[in-house]
Amino acid sequence: MAAGGLLRICTAGSVDDGKSTLIGRLLYDSRGVYEDQVHSVREASRHRGAGPIDFSLFTDGLKAEREQGITIDVAYRYFATAKRKFILADTPGHEQYTRNMATGASTADVAILLVDARNGVRPQSRRHAEIARLLGISEFVLAINKMDLVDFDREVSDAIVADFGALLNGAHTHVVPISALHGDNVIGPSDRMPWYGGPGLLGYLEELEINRDPAEGAFRYPVQLVLRPSDGFRGYAGRILSGSINAGDAVTIWPSGRTTVVNRIVTRDRDLDTARAPMSVVLTLEDHIDLSRGDMITVGAPQLGRRLDAEIVWMDERALDPARLYLLKHTTRTVTAELDCALTLNQIGSVGVTTSQPLIFDPYADNRATGSFLLIDPDSNFTAGAGMITRGADAYGASPVRRDAAERLAALARAASSDEAAIDAVRATLAELLR
Amino acid sequence: MCATAIAADSTGLTDIVAPLEHLRVLEAESIQILREVVAEFERPVMLYSIGKDSSVLLRLAQKAFHPGPIPFPLLHVDTTYKFREMIEFRDWYAAEVGVRLIVHTNTDAIDAGAQPFALGTQRCCGLLKTKALLDALAAERFDAAFGGARRDEERSRAKERVFSLRDAHGQWDPKRQRPEPWNLLNSRLGPGQSVRVFPLSNWTELDVWQYIDAEQIPIVPLYFAKEREVLVRGNTLTVVEHPFVPVLPDERLERVRCRMRSLGCSPCTGAIRSDADTVPRIIAELIATRQSERQLRVIDHDQDSSMELKKREGYF
Repeated sequence: MAAGGLLRICTAGSVDDGKSTLIGRLLYDSRGVYEDQVHSVREASRHRGAGPIDFSLFTDGLKAEREQGITIDVAYRYFATAKRKFILADTPGHEQYTRNMATGASTADVAILLVDARNGVRPQSRRHAEIARLLGISEFVLAINKMDLVDFDREVSDAIVADFGALLNGAHTHVVPISALHGDNVIGPSDRMPWYGGPGLLGYLEELEINRDPAEGAFRYPVQLVLRPSDGFRGYAGRILSGSINAGDAVTIWPSGRTTVVNRIVTRDRDLDTARAPMSVVLTLEDHIDLSRGDMITVGAPQLGRRLDAEIVWMDERALDPARLYLLKHTTRTVTAELDCALTLNQIGSVGVTTSQPLIFDPYADNRATGSFLLIDPDSNFTAGAGMITRGADAYGASPVRRDAAERLAALARAASSDEAAIDAVRATLAELLR
Repeated sequence: MCATAIAADSTGLTDIVAPLEHLRVLEAESIQILREVVAEFERPVMLYSIGKDSSVLLRLAQKAFHPGPIPFPLLHVDTTYKFREMIEFRDWYAAEVGVRLIVHTNTDAIDAGAQPFALGTQRCCGLLKTKALLDALAAERFDAAFGGARRDEERSRAKERVFSLRDAHGQWDPKRQRPEPWNLLNSRLGPGQSVRVFPLSNWTELDVWQYIDAEQIPIVPLYFAKEREVLVRGNTLTVVEHPFVPVLPDERLERVRCRMRSLGCSPCTGAIRSDADTVPRIIAELIATRQSERQLRVIDHDQDSSMELKKREGYF
């Protein structure tokens, strides 16, 4: 995505690093909040003796949060400048709410990591940076806050940058020293840190280019609904998770592996010649194929399999129990799943997953949308885990198994010296494939 | 910087607001949510409040299921105190779109004389909106109810999920919300549970207006400025449609050029002085304004954390 358009941000940092204050400041200075909200916050600040204006009150929405002066749940904030629109997920710094941090990071293009200039990089900051990396974020802004409390000293900033460098190895990181409370380097550059020389935080985010355009990936289209309003029409409603498609393109249907051609791309406005991620459309196909919710239409083969390795963030107070079955929701398909190791709330681990039906997927590193899944506790129905597929773990790799298997069986049969040998070879291979 | 960049400017509107391409992303996301609900729930319904957000939601539903019809009914909880123009618009637009409209009123409360000046706004809303809504949902056993609420409206809404789980009494527990990573939505319900679904979660008020403009979506004429007869009390302009609205001896009705920024019950919704009589002029006014849209809604301010409390009790 070129600069401009929508930018999704998540924030991370330890308790008291001033995250809510920074966001309140961004909203206030970019006019993401209105005068009457400012007025009510000003009243509340006075009431709590927090000085003229407590910016954190713009974001701490729940009563318990305002009473305790902390953020306990992920909050979404919206603001726009002349250049682009921003959606910001404000996620809590407390370790017990790691699940919300992961939630906020899951859709973000960029993460703002906030550290207190006086404290440097603390264990929680590290953990949040790791979670953001795990969730696929490769753009970071390291915001060193409370610079006013260290006399805007460049050496303090440099020491923190050196410490963080190793942690964010491989990711692109921009560093900006700020004072959220006083507004230095938040919107525009501050004259109190002439040694910095870069744009303010908001100025930087306005110009940031994200190199992850889902429309450039392979075409992936899980069927959400089959629309049959009248006898003649049979359309497949869904959202293009990645890639693009033209009317007339050859596509493959999974899990059957059959191929056909896209006939029309239907929208209420008009039929389209081309559609691209992240649009929601309706496709009609040349052939009458039995296709339903949970199936996927693709160009280029995804992986297909029942066994996979995944990184899982556990989000439920009730621990992951390998003896239980869970529901797994992946794209538009929900299956039952067994998991091979235990995790407790806010733990992250590599887990082997076996599903009752095959999933049609890509590794998370290649495709966030087809590489991610939810785990649901079938007793409480709570969303107990978030998973990111590392790789398929089926016997023959998780490459397009069916087509490969058919070819492999045919090759074995042709190569056999007798009918008996062919039958034995095919039987042995089938047993292996179906294991 | 951006503060000046967003400043009011009657010329070159497209230069001072973010590019419109983000509206197509929001649209696609909302359509995905609408379809997911229809695929995974048995009895969805759309709460229809007649306001601009409802109009947008309805357009998105038309798009999500085209060329088929909208596969769920609309439910309007009618307090009987809505503006007359709202009711006219509701009936015309539902027929125009061709969707089934259910209207539900807490008639027992109305018969017993419920109105905001007699009961206070909290109790009046509780009976005519929250209780009426819960009764209507229970009557037809709806398991998923779409609402037009947005996270930018009010600070407790900022923490709302797209699928907001409600217990058997329709109530919200902010501390037991399900995480919603990516665009994956968990639609599993326990006995008696239901969800409120907010497809416009990520839209802002400005997005809604820009979309109405881009899509030429019909809205209630009360949103457009014209000269109206109103009761002027301090900064509050009230359109008097009901005899119980108290007019003090020294007060009189004045003709003021004004419009509604959000629509609710006429006794509890103030008008703003405005000349904005077209959608582009409303957008220009919105960019210039520094007052949030719910400021004129008496019910949000009746108590500290009042929206959070209403939501916990079952308000959408």
